[in-house]
Amino acid sequence: MDIAFDKTDLEEIEKIKAKYPTNQSAVMPVLWYAQEKFGHVDEDVQQIVAEALELPEAHVYGVVSFYTQYYNKKMGKYVLDVCTCFSCQITGGYDILEYLEDKLGIKAGETTEDGMFSIQSVECLGACGYAPMLQVSNDIYVNHLTKEKVDKLIDSLREDKMPEFESIPLPQHQNEEN
Amino acid sequence: MSTDWKSYKPILLPNIKNLHQIEVYEKNGGYESLKEVIENKDDKWAKDKVTNEVKSAGLRGRGGAGFNTGLKWSFMPKPDGGPRYIAANGDESEPGTFKDRQIFEYNPHLFIEGAIIAAYAMTVSAVYVYIRGEYRSWIQKLQKAIDEAYKKGYLGKNILGSGIDIDMYLHSGAGAYICGEESSLMESLEGKRGYPRIKPPFPAQKGIWGRPTTINNIETLSNVPYIIKNGADWYSSIGAEKHPGPVLYGISGHVNRPGVYEYPTGMPVMTLINEVAGGVSNGKKVKAIVPGGSSTPILRADQLEGLTMDAESLREAGSMMGTAGLCVLDEDTDIIDFLWRITHFYHHESCGQCTPCREGTGWLEKLLLKIKNGDGEVRDLDILLDLCTQMEGRTICALADAAAWPVRYTITRFRDEFEARCKKTIYATA
Repeated sequence: MDIAFDKTDLEEIEKIKAKYPTNQSAVMPVLWYAQEKFGHVDEDVQQIVAEALELPEAHVYGVVSFYTQYYNKKMGKYVLDVCTCFSCQITGGYDILEYLEDKLGIKAGETTEDGMFSIQSVECLGACGYAPMLQVSNDIYVNHLTKEKVDKLIDSLREDKMPEFESIPLPQHQNEEN
Repeated sequence: MSTDWKSYKPILLPNIKNLHQIEVYEKNGGYESLKEVIENKDDKWAKDKVTNEVKSAGLRGRGGAGFNTGLKWSFMPKPDGGPRYIAANGDESEPGTFKDRQIFEYNPHLFIEGAIIAAYAMTVSAVYVYIRGEYRSWIQKLQKAIDEAYKKGYLGKNILGSGIDIDMYLHSGAGAYICGEESSLMESLEGKRGYPRIKPPFPAQKGIWGRPTTINNIETLSNVPYIIKNGADWYSSIGAEKHPGPVLYGISGHVNRPGVYEYPTGMPVMTLINEVAGGVSNGKKVKAIVPGGSSTPILRADQLEGLTMDAESLREAGSMMGTAGLCVLDEDTDIIDFLWRITHFYHHESCGQCTPCREGTGWLEKLLLKIKNGDGEVRDLDILLDLCTQMEGRTICALADAAAWPVRYTITRFRDEFEARCKKTIYATA
């Protein structure tokens, strides 16, 4: 794929810029936009983002390298971010991570040879009451993980089916109804 | 606190189906507080009167620091005709905290209404809502609610025919705990690496883009419509005297029914664990709790009797309210492993600006890993405590303190377990 923004992209970028008093402030949303389009924001992508916002490339690089959700290289088609932090640690987050590593034959930080999956061990994702859990490609949270649930997830991702957003009812509401 | 918590009806997260839809929210009294304020903007609800009401209600920030919200608003200088901002903090990255996302999902208009009232009171024309990038699903939900509010004329130009313009924009983070720190959040909004700023100047003097800014947590702002509706006296009568109001308790760890629960402040910790959250999983005993997110000092089971969830009671016990994200550890928890993982978190999240934090968090993790692996010596525990002293209060922001406190208090409160894991050397008796 050619690394370039087309006319529609540039229009979108103008809309993003309009939300802020400075061009520089648009760098994070524009990086998100670029990552959505190209799958990552490597140095080539950083360059076109810098051009679109008239910023030094070094500034864009500085931002990309500070925030963990920007991918500075090509990742697997699905990135599985397993939370192993705090509440997830004490409720089996590492067991889920190890299971996933064994299942896919890679370690956290690596990508499968077919380019389908990357695994990362990540910090708290703010789903502490639904631990252990993981996030798929910076998007959907998969909660209350078990090995069976991991198996199902991998099977459906292999068929390119993203899990759906899971709305977890508040237990207090459930108590009131009982 | 008596047992009347059982009859408490949630107001931040009430049990109303589809409350996230603006029509349902309006049908249940939504945006009435905003209308009331706008209709009476020349007398009863003049700007400073709104701020004073929030101040005397005693609402304290729900993001961790617990500062009086109305007082914070009053720090904004007199308008000079230039832009002024609110940055609503939905970064929610303190481990053990997962409450604000419930507001985005179940009651986003309550937050939007509160933020608009706050913007009115402080003569702010733009609210930037900073939400952690991982919350993509909830960002989409809030954006939908914001779009609805624009369509109904609660946001945008000339809101409700008042001649007042207020805009609301979403800004997605991209994975950095430090961006929940208010000056780092402002740097991030300006499109930079999230390096905290030296204070002073404080945000009210020099905030985003150099202009007066107030940063408030999502849950904090969500309390505002009720303070307007029912008054400061009503609000301050809820819960603990010096730390009043409803609060979202995020209960996680080894309990049967983890989740976010809304009750007044001042709930007894043991009631939250045993009755609200259904007790410790698998019938085990409590070993310890972390009351308000990973940086708040851990408390042993024997420190929990009579302990209530409010700033005063927790301070007396040697901890803090933080974000009210209560994590429960059962008797089988490996406390050394637990602490090591916390130090790993802070090492990973240190922005690297200040040497005591950048290097200190790394050494905390290294030494804890050594002890965890059985290679530690008793003197390492004292090196760790010394390291904490060298970190606390010596950096631009509070991340170094947040990293040091768990180490200091977990070692001092579970010293026996740490020593038992250490190798016996001649230093043990020195």
